[in-house]
Amino acid sequence: MKKYETPLLDELEKGPWPSFVKEMKLAAATSEMANDELGQVEKSYRDKRGYWKHGGIVGVLGYGGGVIGRYSSLPEEFPGVAHFHTFRINQPSGMFYKTDRLREIMDLWDKYGSGLTNMHGSTGDMIMLGCRTEALEPLFAEVSSRGWDLGGSGSALRTPACCLGQSRCEWANIDTMDICNELTQSYQDYLHRPAWPYKFKFKVAGCAVDCVAAIARADCSIIGTWKGKIAVDQDAVKDYAKSGMDIKAEIVDMCPTGCMNYDGSALSIDDANCSRCMHCISKMTKALRPTGEKGASILIGAKAPIVVGSLLSWVVVPFIKMEPPYTEFKELVEKIWEWWDDNAKPRERIGELIEVKGMRSFLEGIGVEAQAQQVYEPRKDPFFFWKEEDLSK
Amino acid sequence: MSWLSAEEAKQKRQTDIGPPSYKEMLPPVIAKNYGKWKYHEVLTPGTMVHVAESGEKVYTVRVAGPRLLSTKSIRALMDIADKYCDGYIRWTTRNNIEFMTPKEENMALIKKAAEEIGFPVGGIGRGISNMVHTQGWIHCHSACTDASGIVKAMMDELFPYFNEKLLPAKTRLALACCVNMCGAVHCSDIAVVAIHRKVPEIDHDHVKNMCEIPTTISSCPTRAISPDPAKKSIKINPDKCMYCGNCFTVCPPINIHNPEQDGVAIVVGGKVGSLRKGPMFSKLAIPYIKNNPPRWPEVVEAVKNIVDTYAADARKFERVGEWIERIGWESFFKKTGIPFTFQHIDDFTFARDTFRTSAAFKW
Repeated sequence: MKKYETPLLDELEKGPWPSFVKEMKLAAATSEMANDELGQVEKSYRDKRGYWKHGGIVGVLGYGGGVIGRYSSLPEEFPGVAHFHTFRINQPSGMFYKTDRLREIMDLWDKYGSGLTNMHGSTGDMIMLGCRTEALEPLFAEVSSRGWDLGGSGSALRTPACCLGQSRCEWANIDTMDICNELTQSYQDYLHRPAWPYKFKFKVAGCAVDCVAAIARADCSIIGTWKGKIAVDQDAVKDYAKSGMDIKAEIVDMCPTGCMNYDGSALSIDDANCSRCMHCISKMTKALRPTGEKGASILIGAKAPIVVGSLLSWVVVPFIKMEPPYTEFKELVEKIWEWWDDNAKPRERIGELIEVKGMRSFLEGIGVEAQAQQVYEPRKDPFFFWKEEDLSK
Repeated sequence: MSWLSAEEAKQKRQTDIGPPSYKEMLPPVIAKNYGKWKYHEVLTPGTMVHVAESGEKVYTVRVAGPRLLSTKSIRALMDIADKYCDGYIRWTTRNNIEFMTPKEENMALIKKAAEEIGFPVGGIGRGISNMVHTQGWIHCHSACTDASGIVKAMMDELFPYFNEKLLPAKTRLALACCVNMCGAVHCSDIAVVAIHRKVPEIDHDHVKNMCEIPTTISSCPTRAISPDPAKKSIKINPDKCMYCGNCFTVCPPINIHNPEQDGVAIVVGGKVGSLRKGPMFSKLAIPYIKNNPPRWPEVVEAVKNIVDTYAADARKFERVGEWIERIGWESFFKKTGIPFTFQHIDDFTFARDTFRTSAAFKW
């Protein structure tokens, strides 16, 4: 195997944080592909530019996504990365692994690929980084025969992701992992066969803390919430005070709705004015917990800035029950897809389309009523539309 | 270890089966108490305990991951999980690795074993957790900086905030190696986003053969691209181009890369949670720092300065964006010593809402 001098990358083996260079060298010791990757990245560090070509169309039979073609622009110099395709494997919801199942994947990846991975990619898949075109079919056969499948790519449903929810978190109002798994399994066709104007992402968070960044990163953000009161355990409140918490400054004064009161021994909440932001609950988790009806808020439209600016998701359905088999939610999302598919230009995300067509058009298209929870404030201008049916109301 | 033949592959393959169920991946203590957790406590910046209604406990040890992991290191991490965690392991949404055990005494053993193979414990609570980031020069055609290298250099410098020191609130860092932002850095407390600064150069001969002209024209958000019939190609109006690179994505012969001019911007003040105030976008703090591999010292220094200023000035539980809103952006620039430039004043889609319409401000 060719030995590359890597003086620049060697600088990134120093220091306390885990080193990706060390990882590349570990893989390079037994893989020509990883070794040439190391050589090419060192050259990138020297020249301050990448050496990858645009993706190409590669994949496995019957699927339109899950594999992203990647070719070096310097294949003669670095033959090991002439093909260096990404193979996305759909993660189990919540990213828990039984080690013997994950070892299967590691063994297969050493056999067919570079031995380099991303755990995980930004959307949530396990990313297998670097294999040749001829490895794709046998690798897919081995992976799928063991009960694993590919994730999404291109203008398709992308691999749904979630926080770990009720598996280890007392704040989760919905079973995020089950919802994520159910959506993934129900919409396999949309996930593997791109048929839409552009990508569509689901992320499921158990509460408004949003550890999976659903509100910023998913076309459809499913965020757990509740409708009842916050139950207060006054003994636990006293324990927090005893342990040094300044309940007035850190909890009551930071409540955005001013709905809390602390008299030096007991904490009270004016629940009708609570907006369920999670500040107090997240800071006093032993003392406070949501009660009553649980469900989710559905927000639509988040995306990164390409091309007319970033969007956060907008509240569309303030509250929906989320219980298996999630029929009400699925009917809603299928209407959302239909409206988007009927109206969007190529490469137009749903948030952008709502801006172009107007929120009313979207809400009517999917059969959702106007509700005050959908906006921060009503419009300021006097220019609004009336339809015939509005005039008779 | 020979590869499957084409015939064998055809026999074995299954499609549309989806991932394995999460239910077979759960540690016994997690499966048993699923949906029945009562509360949790952060024990140290890298450990916590969750207590179930039943009184059962699960202890979690969180370790830093570099995101780019070799199969060898994943196996070494799984060896630890086999020894101390009943053969189960988990990754977090920020690329950390979590070890869970019902046995309190295992925490110290897991910490020691993980640190011995180079994976430090930390990242829980009011500090800096792992950075979310993109591929960079490791694997992306549109990267205008590396991702892993800057992240490594930043986290080496900020390491005390990962494993020991507290900040006013949790501080989420991210990096995107171009404005496509696969890492969705646009709502982070502090994020690095790589940018171009020059109008792309067009290889007209290749445009003719490789690109669909109408698609290329419509890819431009500022309508800077128009047809160039004489060359059977396109032309770009330099006064309108804002270097987003979307044209390059649909038409590779439009080369946006410029190693001497590409670099990074730093944006601050975003968050995704609805706690106290709604989610916020990150906003521009520093418009440009040149690429300086292998360790980008100017970027590291700039981020360190923002973190230190925040640490010294913010109130407890105030995120970076909440702190800046309270003191005002003019105070943010003054306290951090970051110069305010024309690049900071928005002239794109959201500009109007950012101009000050009040006579009240600070000096």
